Amino acid sequence: MNSDRRWLIRGGEVLDAGGRRRADVAIEDGRITHVAPSIEPGDAAVLDAGGALVTPGLVDLHTHLRQPGKEEAETIESGGRAAALGGYTAVLAMPNTTPPIDTAAVVREVLELGRAAPCDVHTTAAITVGRRGEQLAPMAEMADLGVRIFTDDGTGVQDDRLMRRALEYAAGLGATLAQHCEVTSLSEGTCMHEGEWSSRLGLQGQPSEAEELMVMRDIALARMTGAKVHFQHMSTAGSVAMIAAAKAAGLFVTAEAAPHHFTLTDACCAGYDATFKVHPPLRTADDVDAIARGIADGTLDAIATDHAPHPPEEKERPFDHAPPGMLGLEYALALALTELVDERELMSEDEVLARLSWQPAAIAGLEHHGGPVVAGSAANLCVIDPTERWTIDGSGGASLSRNVPYVGRTVRGRVRHTICFGEPVVTDGKAMR
Amino acid sequence: MTLTSEAGTAAVDTSRHLLAVSDLDRSQIDELLDLTDTFVEVGQRNIPKVPALRGRTVVSLFFEDSTRTRLSFDTAAKRLSADTMSFAVSASSVNKGESVRDTIETIEAMGIDAVIVRHRSSGVPAQIARWTNAAVVNAGDGWHQHPTQALLDAYTARSHLGDLEGRHVAIVGDVKHSRVARSNIEMFVALGARVTLVAPPTLLPPETGAWPIEVTHDIDHVLPSLDVCYLLRMQRERMDEALVPSIREYVARYGLTARRAEKLQDHALIMHPGPMNRGVEIASEVADRPTAVITEQVANGVAVRMAVLFLLLGSGRHRADPEPATDHEPESVTAPEAAT
Repeated sequence: MNSDRRWLIRGGEVLDAGGRRRADVAIEDGRITHVAPSIEPGDAAVLDAGGALVTPGLVDLHTHLRQPGKEEAETIESGGRAAALGGYTAVLAMPNTTPPIDTAAVVREVLELGRAAPCDVHTTAAITVGRRGEQLAPMAEMADLGVRIFTDDGTGVQDDRLMRRALEYAAGLGATLAQHCEVTSLSEGTCMHEGEWSSRLGLQGQPSEAEELMVMRDIALARMTGAKVHFQHMSTAGSVAMIAAAKAAGLFVTAEAAPHHFTLTDACCAGYDATFKVHPPLRTADDVDAIARGIADGTLDAIATDHAPHPPEEKERPFDHAPPGMLGLEYALALALTELVDERELMSEDEVLARLSWQPAAIAGLEHHGGPVVAGSAANLCVIDPTERWTIDGSGGASLSRNVPYVGRTVRGRVRHTICFGEPVVTDGKAMR
Repeated sequence: MTLTSEAGTAAVDTSRHLLAVSDLDRSQIDELLDLTDTFVEVGQRNIPKVPALRGRTVVSLFFEDSTRTRLSFDTAAKRLSADTMSFAVSASSVNKGESVRDTIETIEAMGIDAVIVRHRSSGVPAQIARWTNAAVVNAGDGWHQHPTQALLDAYTARSHLGDLEGRHVAIVGDVKHSRVARSNIEMFVALGARVTLVAPPTLLPPETGAWPIEVTHDIDHVLPSLDVCYLLRMQRERMDEALVPSIREYVARYGLTARRAEKLQDHALIMHPGPMNRGVEIASEVADRPTAVITEQVANGVAVRMAVLFLLLGSGRHRADPEPATDHEPESVTAPEAAT
């Protein structure tokens, strides 16, 4: 047996949906072959996991890989590398590319390019043609290629009737619609949260209601159609409360929040640094608190990065003209451990991993990801040093862009190894390809 | 009090620039207003010019056209004997792709000491201050700030009313979209005045609860107690944004008509940053009353801007060029009093 194909993750503590146990993990030909307290390596290469957690690889429901069309900001390969370094073994590409991912041809192209990336690249696809919100995209054709989540991300489906029909149609495909909740008539021309800070800074603000009105409508449509709705990058206290109520009423809704929405507030915009410009915008401290609590209590099922690379020259435009978005793939895990476990003491490490790995894997229907770490499973794993403290710099890591809003922040928890289908794509914190 | 606090991430040395009124503490405001007195006197001389900034280069960088403000700064710089350059950036040349950063770096390469910036987007002067060693003076950014306007307004008000402590100032009209309003709120509050905003809710900033001001939607209620009635320009496009139903209704509720002006105290000043819409926010006959000091505001603009440039450049607080000029050591900059 070629030792390239046999690995032993030795000395770590396995953590998955089943809890924690001290175990070594043997891998062969892309699969986990053996999980036991002590395994002799034989001719397998050893990946040291001493003092580390061995978890299912992380799954990002919300990644802007920018390819095709914006390769100066990110490529599927560079974004995939950033993902691997952040502990992700699977990402879902967002469809707001140029051309948009709204036909089988573009889905095929993205999946083809994804084969060269050091993580498992899946793609979402647009609900409507051109993400213009006018006409349904060929969802069945794209679902046949494996697309399980449809979204017009970057914009929400504004038309009520079209959204109703999209939900009904997607339900017939077993697919989930994911919504970027933003009512355009309240958000057009805005560049930050509407409130005290936008008032001071003289910037056009976007009220929380721009998000909440669409959350409210889509909950109503989920009730009406019985279809599954996934709410993307929730940012307001009001949204969290409505989703909690919808879940309590038994509706098929799930939701995600991004690291910046449980970490940063609208006060960050005070210096007019567009690194802090994002849609939905950074909100108030009360919203940040509600998002953190919503993640902890399970109202929000997943932490999703909304990794959104933009080149420096675009982020240096005047604040109101700069593109929205910030990087996240290499910081999400550490920010969650630091903010949600350590600073706010809202949840355990185990619960953080649930929101980063097996819960998003379930939402996306990715059977090879999210564990459990048992013999026979696909070897998509992440080895995390939970004690390492490090300071985030502005280099942007493996991303081709550098729009990092966390520069100078010291965080806890670092990815030591990432194993994607049995291949160590990151070892000792270094990307292998 | 600060409306633009330092909570932002990118630190800008506010002592080197004038980006917002909140960059100035009370003593600096007083110093600037006192210095303005001196420069008003300079302006009345036969040769209204002093050599204070000889050898210094001041560039006006206007991304948004404003002939009045640019001329005012240009005149101020010339009366201080600075070399001046004007860089008018039309929207089209920006669209050709040169970034603001490239523009400022190009200009800086020519060797400059101060740059006067006007831009339609809030925050651009603060961005530029991060990219240049020159002193940056904000000549108006978006809805954010126009600090020299606030200084000239405070100077004008003070020259008529004396100390503004306890005086009642109303700022009337489209506060939401007004950099003049944001600057003047900070300025008048800093000088101890009581500030009331008068506007329909749609023309107020969305959240002013933490601001040390009062708000009313009833102009007639405040007129009798005012010492300054400061009117803002009302733009017709606000109707299209569903902020007011019509100009007619705005005038009926908020315009300073001749009848309303009768309710003002005799000494109360009527101010406006210009250009006025006669018959909209201000009735023509009101604009021509002796207590309407609108042209005086313009006249004082030059002296105030001389004071700002002198304090930023002339007193040795700042040099973009680390090599001191041989003929003008900062210490020996000729004081305006001694100049001829």
